[in-house]
This record gives sequence, C-alpha cells and structure tokens, in this order.
Amino acid sequence: MSEWSILAETVLLGALSGGVMALIALSFVLVYKGTGAVNFAVGEVMMLGAYLYYAGVVSFDLPPWLAFVGSLVVIMAVSALVERLVLRPLAGQSVVAMLMATIGLASIIHGGVEAVAGGDTYSPPGLLPRTPMTIGDILIPGAVLGNFAIAALLILGFLAFFRWSRAGVALRATASDPVTAATLGIHIHRAQQLTWALSGLVGTVAGVLIASSVGLSPLLAGTALAVLAAIVLGGLDSVAGAIVASLIVGIVEALAAGYLGGKTREVVPYIVVLVVLVVRPYGIFGTRAIERL
Amino acid sequence: MTPTPAAGLGLSVEGVDLRFGGIHALRGVSFQAGPGQITAVIGPNGAGKTSVFNTISGFYRPAAGRIRLGESDITTAPVHARAGMGLARSFQNIALFRGLSVLENIKLGGHHGMRTGLLSALAFTPRARAEELALREEVERRVIDFLEIDHLRHKPVDALSYGLQKRVELARALAMRPRVLMLDEPVAGMNREETEDMARFILDVQEEWGVTVLLVEHDMAMVMDISSHVVVLNFGEVIAAGTPAEVRRHPAVIEAYLGAEVHP
Repeated sequence: MSEWSILAETVLLGALSGGVMALIALSFVLVYKGTGAVNFAVGEVMMLGAYLYYAGVVSFDLPPWLAFVGSLVVIMAVSALVERLVLRPLAGQSVVAMLMATIGLASIIHGGVEAVAGGDTYSPPGLLPRTPMTIGDILIPGAVLGNFAIAALLILGFLAFFRWSRAGVALRATASDPVTAATLGIHIHRAQQLTWALSGLVGTVAGVLIASSVGLSPLLAGTALAVLAAIVLGGLDSVAGAIVASLIVGIVEALAAGYLGGKTREVVPYIVVLVVLVVRPYGIFGTRAIERL
Repeated sequence: MTPTPAAGLGLSVEGVDLRFGGIHALRGVSFQAGPGQITAVIGPNGAGKTSVFNTISGFYRPAAGRIRLGESDITTAPVHARAGMGLARSFQNIALFRGLSVLENIKLGGHHGMRTGLLSALAFTPRARAEELALREEVERRVIDFLEIDHLRHKPVDALSYGLQKRVELARALAMRPRVLMLDEPVAGMNREETEDMARFILDVQEEWGVTVLLVEHDMAMVMDISSHVVVLNFGEVIAAGTPAEVRRHPAVIEAYLGAEVHP
C-alpha cells in the first residue's frame, strides 16, 4: 500500500466518522438555535437512547429495527418532557440557570444508567450488514460506511425539512423571533418542544450507531463533549457549520491518530479549534452576535 | 379553505388599565374599532399607542378591563390563539424573519389556518401536502398579486427596500386572513410616494376584503385621509374620539399637540 493510499484511507475514514459526529453536533445546534439553551445533556441522552436500544434487543427480544424505532420514540417523548418540566419553567432566566439545569440532567441520567446497567461494556447488534467496501487499496469497514450512510441520510432529511417544509420554516421563524412567530399563530412552546424532541432523535441515532460499532458503556456520553469542539468551530448557531466542522474534526482526528500516534487524536482537534477561535471567535459559519457566550 | 375572506369583526377595548411597576401606561382606555372600518389611534410620543396595541396582541395582560374581538372576550387568550380568532398585526420596527425569503415570510402568515399540525406536516402526509399547495396558491393569488410584489417572491427579505419590507409585512398579515388588521405605523419613515402606495393598499384591503383596520400612525395627513374614526390618546388616557373632522377641532387634541412635533 503506497503512502498516498494510506493518506487517502485516513482522510476518508476520518470524514466518514465525522458524519456521526455531525449528528451529535446537530443535536446541540437544534436546541441552541431553537431555544437558546446549550444542552450539556446531549451525550447522556444519546447514551440513554443506546441503552434503550440494547435493552429492547436483549431484554425484550425485539428485532433490532423495532428496538431502534422504540428507543427513538421513547427518547423523543423524554426530551419533550424535559423541555416542559425543566427548561420551560426556566424561560427568561439567565443562560447560566439553563446551563446548570442541563448539567444536572446529565448527572441524573448518567447516575441512573450506571445504577441500572452498571459500568460494563456491552456490544449491541448492528443495524446494517457489515460488508466492507474496497476502493483500490483502500478498505472501508462496513460499520463505518453504514453509520455514515445513515447519518448522511438523516442530515440531508433535516436540511430539506428546515429548507422546505412548513413545520421546518415555522421552527426557523420561532428560533429567529419568537414574539412575532406567536402573533402569526405559531404555538411557540410546542415548537420548542418539537425542537427538543428532534434533538433527542438525532442524538439517539448517533448513540445507537456508535454503540453498535464500538460498544456500549456509560463512557459513550463523553463522545458528545469531543463534538463540542466541532460545534464551537462551526459556530453554535449554524447547522451547516456544525456539519462541515464535524467532518473537519473527524479528518483532523484521524490524521493525528494515524501520523502522530493514537493518543494525539484527543488533543490535536482542540488545538485546531483554538487556532480557529483566535482568528474567528464566532466560528467558521456562526453569526457575530454569538460572542456574548 | 374558503375562497372568500370572513368579514371584519368589531374590536372593543373596554376600560383597560395597564401598569409597569410605578408607571401607569394606560388608564381606563376604552374605544371601539367598528367592523369593516378604518380606525386610527393617534397621540403624542409616549401617549400609550403601542401599549394599546401590545395589550390587544396579548403581550401585556391588563390590570383591569377587557378586550373583545367580535363577541369573544380575548383578554386572557394566549398570543398565538388570537391569530386563529382573526387578529393580525404588523410591527413598528419591521418584524420580518431575516434569512427567509419573501414567499416564506408571507406563507408563515397562513400557518395558523392549517388544520394539519406541526407533527403531521413533519410526516409529509398527503393531506398536509395538499393543504400546503392550497395555501401557496391562495397566497399567490390573493396576497402577492394584490400587493404587487410578485417579482420579489424569492428574494431574501433583507435585500428589500424599507418601503417594500413594510409591504411584505402587510402581505404576511393578510395571508393570515385577518378579520381585524392592526398596523403599527405602516408608513413611518416612508417617502411621499411610498406613503401613497401604502394608503391605497390599506383602503383596498378594507374595501375588497371587508377587514376591520386599526392603525397607529404619526402621519396626520394620511390618518385623516383614510380613517373613518380617530381615537386620541395622551398620557395613557383617551382624550378625544370621533370622525377626523371632529377630532381635528377638539380643544383637548389641539392642546395635546401644541408644541408636539406633529400638528393635526
């Protein structure tokens, strides 16, 4: 295998893993854009969804696809409930209050899952057949490819939804000016609840995809924190930015791991982010107003 | 969706009191906007005109008094529910959604009339899609052509001139198929020509749609030209009400405006 194919393989695998990161990023950005809250429980919600999927398959003996759909439905309902019971009463409070609430929520979910399932690592079944693909010398594992395909489809679906559907346009309108949206008859509480549910949905898809390829343990929640780097890079309020930045971070991670050694993958992306932030504090695609955070 | 709009409803403000801490913004304000007529609320800066509008919209809950739309008491109805009852408004500082196109902004006005909720619209059910197409056609024909903005429909709203943005905001309010249309300074900051266009559109809307219009405006010439009823506020109180001619001669009105920048 030539050096160029190794480079190509590294970049490709990095970009593919960036696809799943983009889902996690989308989960953050949706809630931030729609409600102004930075949801630090994204990782835990994602982990909870993956555990529900595993429990559906192993404890309830459901076929994987059914367990998957079931976990999505449950997480969407839980997210909508969290919006109603935790975040909505805090509306109008400081950003710090909402931040603390989501951090508290994260601890509760984390502790709850550990208490019930323990700290062991499980390996949930995959959703897709794991046929690897080869392009010339390059071999791409089936799980990586499948995960990317699902992530890409879901992200394209979301982009289309926000671009063209009435509900998507209504959600964008609510995010940009809730008061005016209300005078147009948009039920803004319901819109914000829907935003939380959608955020839970993409998070759970990411959680199940990651868990079924690298294993399921409470550590899964930490994956989301790594994605925060990508979000800050892309601009917290930009869907397109989050996607592009996730791909960049995925590639940088893979290059660092491949050429500088495995451990550097956790450090190098942050260095890149730091450099970008010095030049553009509001991210690559973010709006300038975001500086106040 | 029925092709003809519902006729205008009367709007009555009855003894509304509004306080912000120590400030008494409205004191027992009462007036009526007759069904299908154009009523104007005027008064010096700080008289409480915008407070009246925001109370009718539901942003503020009055300490006393009621707001009635037709037969229904809407004093405590949530903001978004008022849209469904036929109340539409524009804002003094244009409140279009930046980043959305003219057509997207206008179509949002039709949002409340859709029977399919956000979730079924999400699922792209056939009924939701049919409804969406009907809305689009309705908006094209009745609103966009009517306001002569067909050449702008795919432009981002940020790219439009001030006067056109005001017109798009009116279009969005009309797409709500309102029975009472509230316009907060519809011609503020416009030049003569733009003002005349807007006045003509407001008159057309009232004549052809039978909509009740309630407006706040500083341009006295325009107010006196198009309104059939004028309510004058000063320091949160109604000091005069009547036809433009009556109000113009009213001693309290003349006094309130003496020294003020706009003369009746």
